Amino acid sequence: MSSEIEALVGREYQYGFVTDIDADTIPPGLSEDVVRLISSKKAEPTWLLDWRLKAYRRWLTMTEPTWPNVHYPAIDYQAVRYYSAPKTAKPLGSLDDVDPTLLETYKKLGIPLNEQKMLAGVAVDAVFDSVSVGTTYKAELAKHGIIFCSFSEAVHEHPELIRKYLGSVVPYSDNFFAALNSAVFSDGSFCYIPKGVKCPMELSTYFRINAADTGQFERTLIVAEEGASVSYLEGCTAPKRSTNQLHAAVVELIALDDATIKYSTVQNWYAGDENGVGGIFNFVTKRGKAMRNAKISWTQVETGSAITWKYPSVILQGDNSVGEFYSVAVVNNMQQADTGTKMIHIGRNTKSNIVSKGISAGRGQNSYRGQVKVMPKADGARNYTQCDSMLIGNACGAHTFPYIEINNNTATLEHEASTTKIGEDQIFYLKQRGMSAENAVSMIVAGFCKEVFKELPMEFALEAQQLLGITLEGSVG
Amino acid sequence: MLEITNLTASAGEKDILKGINLSVNAGEVHAIMGPNGSGKSTLAQVLAGHPSYEVTGGTVRFEGEDLLELAPEERAHRGVFLAFQYPIEIPGVSNAYFLRSAYNAMRVARGGDEVDPMEFLDVMEEKLKIVEMDDAMLSRSVNMGFSGGEKKRNEILQMAVLEPKLAILDETDSGLDIDALRVVAEGVNKLRRPDNAAIVVTHYQRLLNYIVPDYVHVLAGGRIIRSGTRELALELEEKGYDWLLQEALA
Repeated sequence: MSSEIEALVGREYQYGFVTDIDADTIPPGLSEDVVRLISSKKAEPTWLLDWRLKAYRRWLTMTEPTWPNVHYPAIDYQAVRYYSAPKTAKPLGSLDDVDPTLLETYKKLGIPLNEQKMLAGVAVDAVFDSVSVGTTYKAELAKHGIIFCSFSEAVHEHPELIRKYLGSVVPYSDNFFAALNSAVFSDGSFCYIPKGVKCPMELSTYFRINAADTGQFERTLIVAEEGASVSYLEGCTAPKRSTNQLHAAVVELIALDDATIKYSTVQNWYAGDENGVGGIFNFVTKRGKAMRNAKISWTQVETGSAITWKYPSVILQGDNSVGEFYSVAVVNNMQQADTGTKMIHIGRNTKSNIVSKGISAGRGQNSYRGQVKVMPKADGARNYTQCDSMLIGNACGAHTFPYIEINNNTATLEHEASTTKIGEDQIFYLKQRGMSAENAVSMIVAGFCKEVFKELPMEFALEAQQLLGITLEGSVG
Repeated sequence: MLEITNLTASAGEKDILKGINLSVNAGEVHAIMGPNGSGKSTLAQVLAGHPSYEVTGGTVRFEGEDLLELAPEERAHRGVFLAFQYPIEIPGVSNAYFLRSAYNAMRVARGGDEVDPMEFLDVMEEKLKIVEMDDAMLSRSVNMGFSGGEKKRNEILQMAVLEPKLAILDETDSGLDIDALRVVAEGVNKLRRPDNAAIVVTHYQRLLNYIVPDYVHVLAGGRIIRSGTRELALELEEKGYDWLLQEALA
């Protein structure tokens, strides 16, 4: 092997443009004053400022985790800007007020926000740097009692819900990055599905980082009341820049009795160039709590970021609750990913299902890190884990770190793992049948990821498959 | 159609083909026989352009064009088809999707339009009959969990779908029971036309009872040491290869 399987030069990252817009950007650096400044810019109530300050003080006592299998230069937290908002944005206004430059930006990203051209059947909250610039289909959703708005708006309009659920699944003290986020988060999305309501359309948030040297710290909070159900999508892009940018988000999901939340992500942050220059450092805490008979399902397709550190998890609190994690993580060039999940079985007859597909190409390093924990009272808990790695070329790596902790001997766990290498023989077979090397790799990779792709909503599945094709383009000569 | 002149090839440090000369015309079936390790499969793989082999000398012209200059997929587009001795498994990719992608890749390369899944099903209906396969095979992953016989039938199905000008069958009979052998051979016979040709690589005469060749060549030590007609194959079945090897050495 082979000159065939080498030379990995991805197609140009097509979302790498910068929007030229006047922004209200605060100077780099982090202090209590900065936390207060962010809070005051958002005219927040005192209880929220207090919560931020507690988080900030806690963060000061914490250290950045060193256990992930990723390597990067030390982050200078004083060199990061913690707030940047387009000056013309009216966070609480209607879509008609949105700056045309921003509408144009989202159009370029394939996310039309104006009423005539909105994506049919998908409501979008568009987050640009530190603020939400618009949310579509709000009125339509309100008819069902569904709240879908920016986090800032929710703080003002629905403070009782935010106060009740903020930090209830991921406390500010949870980890270094969650504490940082809790101190400085600037916006994000809030969804609330009332009792018994099946959300009639997909809800989605599109995150865009634009400003240079600025971190994005958003929070997403989704609450599904008893018997409610919702499918939520998340997409992310950023301009190509030669410096690294920090993204530290927190996502909390609450599925009350008999509720279902399906959360899908296509993460396509800028990954840096082939020499590892630039790209997003992505440190994200995502966790859901499932009450009795509730189901939380995470599906992620991770193709971007220079560094990915992310473990979407489910606390299976209620009896018979179900947690699922379906993941495709791709690293190419110098990308590093340390991603996986945690399934914490607390209730009886709880069930979790983990399917992880890691694809490594170029000099990329891909680690699956997963924890399955069965607590003493979780009689009849079941877990199935399948963890497959695919290697393309000779310079990449795949690593698996499964942690299993069982405190109840009625639990049933299965773990399957495999590592395959895209073989020259597979590619030759497909070429012999007339396909190009690129189509051959796409086909093999899509087949490898099939179990995950089928969990994605239809339009997303197509996008994900194309994205993989682009990410791996040129990875096989 | 195919003109091989003084072809030499190696795998790593090892020379395998040491000067092959072979000429195949439209409408002909050529059998390549020979003991294990004689270079039969290497010849098949080299003609299809497998990257593990390096051509060190000689020429191969296919319909006047320098075949060795072409990438494997370009050779496929020109009409060269290799039925693999060990068909490759592709997990998660349905046979139907695989076949349609191959069919469309060929159509596009030849300046045609892609067909949609519904149109392709019509194409398939007729092709499946040729190899006596039912359409349940189409929804399974490519060659995954197929028996030896099913894999070989699937190769012939691909050949039926792609309609090559030159089909190279690499030990298509190996591992087949007598019924599967009959189905595979009949499939190949149904695809024979005056304007196409086949090279049948086999270790045993048995297959040639079903696919009757116009010419038989014996390959040993990387060279064709004897060429003849069908009778040569029958003689080999009776006497084995040793006498020929002795003669060649003498």
